[in-house]
Amino acid sequence: MGTPGRTLLTKIWDQHVIARLSEDTDLLHVDRHLLHDLGGSRGLLDLKSRGLKVHNPELTFATPDHAISTAQGRAGTIKIGQELLAALRTETSATGIQMFDIDQPGQGIVHVIGPELGLSLPGCLIVCGDSHTCTHGGLGALAFGIGSSELTHVLATQALIQRRPKTMRVKCEGKLPLGVVAKDLILALIGHIGAAGGTGYAVEYAGSAIRDLPIEGRLTICNLSIELGAKMGMVAPDEKTYEYLRGRAYAPQGEMWEQAINAWRQLPSDPDAVFDEEVVIDVAKIIPQVTWGISPEHVIGVDGRIPDPQAIGDPARRAAVETALDYMGLQPGAPIAGTPVDWVFIGSCTNSRLSDLRAAADVVRGRKVAPGVRAWVVPGSETVKREAVAEGLDKLFTDAGFEWREPGCSMCLAANGETVAPGQRSVSTSNRNFVGRQGPRARTHLASPASAAAAAIAGAITDVRTMGR
Amino acid sequence: MPKPFDKLTAIAAPIMRSNIDTDVIIRIERLVGNNIRGTLGKWAFGSLRYLPDGSENPAFILNREPYRQAEILVTGPNFGCGSSREGAVWSLQEMGIRAIIGSGFGDIFFANCFQNGILPIVVDKEIVDGLAAEIETTQGAGRISVDLEAQTITSPSGQRHNFEIDPRRREGLLQGLDEVALTLQRDDEIRSFQAADRTARPWIHFARKSA
Repeated sequence: MGTPGRTLLTKIWDQHVIARLSEDTDLLHVDRHLLHDLGGSRGLLDLKSRGLKVHNPELTFATPDHAISTAQGRAGTIKIGQELLAALRTETSATGIQMFDIDQPGQGIVHVIGPELGLSLPGCLIVCGDSHTCTHGGLGALAFGIGSSELTHVLATQALIQRRPKTMRVKCEGKLPLGVVAKDLILALIGHIGAAGGTGYAVEYAGSAIRDLPIEGRLTICNLSIELGAKMGMVAPDEKTYEYLRGRAYAPQGEMWEQAINAWRQLPSDPDAVFDEEVVIDVAKIIPQVTWGISPEHVIGVDGRIPDPQAIGDPARRAAVETALDYMGLQPGAPIAGTPVDWVFIGSCTNSRLSDLRAAADVVRGRKVAPGVRAWVVPGSETVKREAVAEGLDKLFTDAGFEWREPGCSMCLAANGETVAPGQRSVSTSNRNFVGRQGPRARTHLASPASAAAAAIAGAITDVRTMGR
Repeated sequence: MPKPFDKLTAIAAPIMRSNIDTDVIIRIERLVGNNIRGTLGKWAFGSLRYLPDGSENPAFILNREPYRQAEILVTGPNFGCGSSREGAVWSLQEMGIRAIIGSGFGDIFFANCFQNGILPIVVDKEIVDGLAAEIETTQGAGRISVDLEAQTITSPSGQRHNFEIDPRRREGLLQGLDEVALTLQRDDEIRSFQAADRTARPWIHFARKSA
């Protein structure tokens, strides 16, 4: 009997154990700590008030994204957002933490800039006070969101106390049909196993469909791990990962690059590794997805019908559907396609990378936003913005009637005052259709960038595959 | 540093809808700023608790007696899913909640509870449903007892249920331990790990911008 196979999670986890605290709890080393404007300065001030120092400022990086305005010139940043930005500047500068400030390459949504700068690497343990930190798992990192208390702990110690999660492998096999993308795949998975299906697990996405995905698609997949309950989601690194990272600003260079790649090649799960749970998905059956309710698990194919509570036997589930439809203002049994929309938001850490903007642009090219629809494109980072402008995408979108904005989180969570008005309906490429997420009583339908673009053009939820591109 | 938790006998409010996310527990605009502690209690469950005109929604359980005095929540599946915002826990704490009993919680919310001296208890859904039914039968008057030392919950009618809890977390709550101070006692171990790791994985420790 040889040693049993080990998973990607176990390999990375074991490399980070500073001390074993109990049978299932370890003190782990944090390789990258990312700070943003909502919680970064608060953590640094908390540390200062305790008379403690930042343990490793050189492993800590900051950028403003949540509370800044995304209007041109950052006009209209709310007062408290300006204060948070000022505090982030002051406190990072006082502690020697690098901050990527507005208008500089490097600024952007924290989960967009980490991979883009090569700060996020395979085998890296990355934390941030934001639940979508799981995004970075798309590069083969162990990345997860933490709360404010844990954030202070990491600043003070560069370490974190964690219980080892259970492991789940989701094997996505087959070829995604034409017009169906990573966002559709992960929404379909959430619909399949539920918003709590991954709770307590670290999820590894595997299988031919994941290997076929470009890195930015893998980042989208991992981004929504938390929406199926898993705070960690990851994809084993491969040649595509290394190609994506090679030459990025903070990625290792020269001899150190070779050394790193050799180490990263050891990370993928062994063929005989055993997972606590296995899920298999045939991706060839997936069609473009759109949510109808107030949890990401409330999702159907765009050709589907809104659920009818009367057809649901279980009283708790029936009540949940009734609550959701009441909030969303939708008719039971009606087709979801054709539902008129007021807003379209293309952005967020889920879908604001260059490939997302290109996918939306392909649908928009030569067309106009439907009358009465407000449509925004908010690039994920200053670099994405500049690259998109260099390709003329800004002009393509504005000619069609979209607003082209500055990078930030914007309407995904509406922390900066950018909201969908009460009762209005939005198709959004973001990650959460929660009650009030995009503003009080705002109604959110999650979809891919291409599907969101199609909704903007048609003025209604639309099957992008019928738009002839 | 969290307040220690030992025993509690209190009014409990059932909030049984599944997937109550942390956005519903506290809206983001209440959390923007560095001086928000102490302001959050009145905004917990804002979208459920208040009508669009700002008045209290009489239909919401925490606006009714005796549930206004609740120190325990009995919750539906996946309570606290979504965002990592610790403000969700702060807002519950500020409205007087000290324990939450449910069949499952969002992972990050669950961890945040312990950081603030709130005890989240995971028990089978049948037990949660039974507790909620008993509370409703007594119209909220029946109290629930939680004993962390003994790891038991006692229902209004006296039914006792055991619960499991990570021994480290149990100890931390019982004593109100400060994790930052405890970890800093291991600083030698952290530094020797880093020294070895700088050789094993230099690309982690020497992240420098290339030209």
